[in-house]
Amino acid sequence: MSGKDRIEIFPSRMAQTIMKARLKGAQTGRNLLKKKSDALTLRFRQILKKIIETKMLMGEVMREAAFSLAEAKFTAGDFSTTVIQNVNKAQVKIRAKKDNVAGVTLPVFEHYHEGTDSYELTGLARGGEQLAKLKRNYAKAVELLVELASLQTSFVTLDEAIKITNRRVNRIEHVIIPRIERTLAYIITELDEREREEFYRLKKIQEKKKILKEKSDKDLEQRRAAGEVIEPANLLAEEKDEDLLFE
Amino acid sequence: MAGRGKLIAVIRDEDTVTGFLLGGIGELNKNRHPNFLVVEKDTTINEIEDTFRQFLNRDDIGIILINQYIAEMVRHALDAHQRSIPAVLEIPSKEHPYDAAKDSILRRARGNI
Repeated sequence: MSGKDRIEIFPSRMAQTIMKARLKGAQTGRNLLKKKSDALTLRFRQILKKIIETKMLMGEVMREAAFSLAEAKFTAGDFSTTVIQNVNKAQVKIRAKKDNVAGVTLPVFEHYHEGTDSYELTGLARGGEQLAKLKRNYAKAVELLVELASLQTSFVTLDEAIKITNRRVNRIEHVIIPRIERTLAYIITELDEREREEFYRLKKIQEKKKILKEKSDKDLEQRRAAGEVIEPANLLAEEKDEDLLFE
Repeated sequence: MAGRGKLIAVIRDEDTVTGFLLGGIGELNKNRHPNFLVVEKDTTINEIEDTFRQFLNRDDIGIILINQYIAEMVRHALDAHQRSIPAVLEIPSKEHPYDAAKDSILRRARGNI
């Protein structure tokens, strides 16, 4: 990431206010994202546990289904080839629905039946009951598997979402906020220095004015002492006015 | 997003494929391509991999069920699959019980835990 840089902005009081507001905004954003990341991680762990549980359960269901398959084979003979040849339309299909968790849309699978059982006539000769049991077992297995698949996809999607959110949090925390802070520090130092400069300038001007005034005062004194200065008439002093006839 | 239904594809040994077909998931699409593959002792790894990739590219397949020992054979193809749909589910078989350490989906997120 880029090193020690700051936002290029002219240092002024208004810029300082703007930067402070931005800093506040960035911090709020970071906190909110952190909360979202925590919520997602919590959900993630829950789903992970559920997945492992369900997979164990499914292992057992598959074993049972395989067992009933062996039974059916024993009674009805080998029907695998007929079954495989007779495929044309699926009765069990799945739909993808969207679920929303803490702002993340997760895909969820839902299975539904459509059409009739195309294997209704398969066990007609022998072993019909075993075949029916077998079909039920595998249908149950399929339902469980669809649920498991939903869990798994949410798992993967959540994983991605968590990674992205964490990346954003880190970026705000380690890049954006330091950059704003550095800009603020820069503005403050610039403003301080400008004030100091102003202060210094004022002092210098005052000194110069003082010196100038002293000089002109001394000049005046000298000229008065030499008698070159004529005082202008003082209206407030009571003196005899020659122009008045009757006094 | 309820829309056209998607299929469940199966890549497993003969017995389990038969069972699932009886469960009602098998279908032939317009080009007479099935959504399942029966893996026997003499099925080559290339064939399995090809079918797997085909299933991934088809947009009418939502879930792919695969035996864990077959998944081991085409592990690299599984790991390369990053999208969330179709979902690839690794299932234990009769001889090989479920091993959570080898499941590519769980392994991908292991870094997060």
